[in-house]
Amino acid sequence: MEFRQHRLENGLQIISEINPRAYSTAIGFFVNAGARDETPEIGGVSHFLEHMVFKGTPNRTAEEVNRELDEMGSHSNARTGEERTIYHSTVLPEFQNQAVELLGDILRPSLRNDDFEMEKKVICEEIMMYDDQPPFGGNEKLMASYFGDHPLGQSILGTVETVTALTPDQMRTYFTQRYSPDNITLVATGNVDFEGLIQIAQEKCGQWAKVDSPRVITAAEPNLQQQCIEKATASQQYVLQVAPGPAAEDDDRYPARILSAIFGDDGGSRLYWEFIDSGKAEYAAMGVYEFQSAGLLMTFLCGNPESTEANFQRLSELQKNLRADGVTESELELAKAKTASHIILSSERPENRLFAVGSHWLTRQNYLTVGEVANRYNSLTIDDINTVIQKYPLQPANSLAIGPLKTMSFG
Amino acid sequence: MPWLESVAFAASIPGGCQVDPTNRLGLGNFTCEMVQRGCGDRTSRQFVESLERLGTDISASVSISHSNFGASMPAASIYNVLDIFKDLVRSPHMPEDQLEEGRSVCLQEVSAIEDDLSQKTLIELRRRSYPQPYGRSATGTADSIAAISAADIRQYWESFYQPQEMILSVAGKTDFKRLCDHVETIFSDWKPKSIEKVEQKPTETGHFHIDQQSNQTHIGLSYPSVPYSHPDYFRARGSVGVLSDGMSSRLFTEVREKRGLCYTVYASMHSMKERGSIIVYAGTSADRAQETLDVTVAEIQRLSRGIQQSELDRLKVSIRSSLVMQQESSRSRAASMAGDWFHLGRVRTLEELTQIINSLTVQEINHYLAEHPPQNFKLVSLGPTPLEEPSGVSTASA
Repeated sequence: MEFRQHRLENGLQIISEINPRAYSTAIGFFVNAGARDETPEIGGVSHFLEHMVFKGTPNRTAEEVNRELDEMGSHSNARTGEERTIYHSTVLPEFQNQAVELLGDILRPSLRNDDFEMEKKVICEEIMMYDDQPPFGGNEKLMASYFGDHPLGQSILGTVETVTALTPDQMRTYFTQRYSPDNITLVATGNVDFEGLIQIAQEKCGQWAKVDSPRVITAAEPNLQQQCIEKATASQQYVLQVAPGPAAEDDDRYPARILSAIFGDDGGSRLYWEFIDSGKAEYAAMGVYEFQSAGLLMTFLCGNPESTEANFQRLSELQKNLRADGVTESELELAKAKTASHIILSSERPENRLFAVGSHWLTRQNYLTVGEVANRYNSLTIDDINTVIQKYPLQPANSLAIGPLKTMSFG
Repeated sequence: MPWLESVAFAASIPGGCQVDPTNRLGLGNFTCEMVQRGCGDRTSRQFVESLERLGTDISASVSISHSNFGASMPAASIYNVLDIFKDLVRSPHMPEDQLEEGRSVCLQEVSAIEDDLSQKTLIELRRRSYPQPYGRSATGTADSIAAISAADIRQYWESFYQPQEMILSVAGKTDFKRLCDHVETIFSDWKPKSIEKVEQKPTETGHFHIDQQSNQTHIGLSYPSVPYSHPDYFRARGSVGVLSDGMSSRLFTEVREKRGLCYTVYASMHSMKERGSIIVYAGTSADRAQETLDVTVAEIQRLSRGIQQSELDRLKVSIRSSLVMQQESSRSRAASMAGDWFHLGRVRTLEELTQIINSLTVQEINHYLAEHPPQNFKLVSLGPTPLEEPSGVSTASA
């Protein structure tokens, strides 16, 4: 494995982790654009734009874009989050430059009005689809409640109302600001021809005009409250809870992730033995989510409505016990073994490395090998974990219940 | 696969949910839950923790025809993990004092499906697409799970957890000779049992609607096809690929791109040992559901007028690319080898599969489609209002 990097004059960065033994090449354009860059009036524009990027360019119709992606036998997709939008494609090495040329082309989309109105319908279908699925919009409502007016409280998809009200001009303005080349990193992993990559990126992206538009980062002031939202058609009751955690820049994220493996992963953790193994709940887990300048410890619990209050109380007890007693050596050793194995197994696919290497770079502008990442976890001590528990206790938290219950006591 | 650091196994034990007694639906699934609660000299907790120490966990599920277990792990762990797996299948504790916990886990699975509307739709569709018991869902119902006793579970285990026709597939960084020797030591003294033939009952007929207050209407549509072992399988697979593989496929283009009717629409092959179907799904807002159904059915029926060379060319590249990339995952290779062995009694190498795909022609696929036009559709919808059957989606039984 070899790491290489390069920067075009207009600020676009190119990074690559090269593994000549890999069978595939994964390519991704990582754009620093996401829901946190939106104002409430244009809620959902980042995600809508992600769809519009596939709708054609001055050089290609939408049909041609789709057809060419398939002609390379590529596994291509895009995803939008709070902080970034990623366009990615995994191909056989022989198609590397063709894939970069195509993705590079669609990143300067035409954004035609007719396509905009047609795709709006698909976006509204997507919003309605998620609204019908557990936890029935609970996640968005929780984030909005926790973050209040802070931009991290923006829903990624937006609502049917905000998306319907969006105009093509609003999207074009947003595009010009956020898709400036200094907000974009081209990441490639697996069997990469790095010289070829730089050359095609220079040809395709070298002319993109830079617009000075750094992300505005403001500190979040979390709201801690409880609410129960009735969803009469649901069968199960869903409880979501969020408390402050380490931010993406914070090295506490390593012990926090080990903590989540000990306390709340979906096999062998304390929550697993308490709720899943016993059949008391359908699902119970705690995970770590990191953003620039803000982090979250998020807990999820779902099961039959009639047992929800008792389960919630038990969850609160487990959280209190964790803070009072910390974790044990044997829990730490197991969590390290799990985490190390997971890191090594998941790194076999260039596509998985793409997201790991790219996300790490976007946040920190540095690169860690798989071994270095594994070492970060392996060198943690029990004091590191217990310190992070005191620093980021799971209570007090913002809790939200959604399901058949009209009201619920949060104890 | 010496270029990997991992190894994975996939094990399929014949039985599955097709052998659940009709008044004990979900028994195979409940048994699968109970065998994971301690085995050999390990308690339930020691079982999970020993696997964690080895950097793995065993996933388990029950299909129509098998109880399936699988895991991927760092290469060095395989022998120890197989030892634990041996105890899981041969000497599980199935502790009676954990019976109610196990039952609750199974009941939670049933409740979860109630909130998963697309899955609920597809479960009902499969039930109506095959003769019973082949259309069953492994989860059973709240009532049938309530009726299951510890003795039922022990009996299921005694009858079906046995080596006759069991498949153990291993892929990744491994030494085949040493592996065989090891499997020999842990399984050679395991006594096989014969399995009774499953009795087949007729398929339910007719269009079915599940009333649900939801934003979207979920549409499940199926029509008969051939199983994986059939000589026509790849011709049928080719036609489904034209319909649904990739962003330039017909369904994606006509239903989503041109009309904006759906976020999700797809078709896929569903194959059992002796029968197969093509399963189609679309989810769309209730007021556009009828149009979605009509357009989807029209696209499927248009298949019988033939496919284009360019469509097949794209499909070939896509499948070839997936086959090459399968070499980067021990887990997916192990699973597909187990599938081959079950359906064909042998494993197709990636070279052989590539050869089959490369040799497909438009003429043979079109000939197949002309001879076997999509028909005898089964339709299941779920949403606030029932849909009208387009022509061709009659209540005709297969």
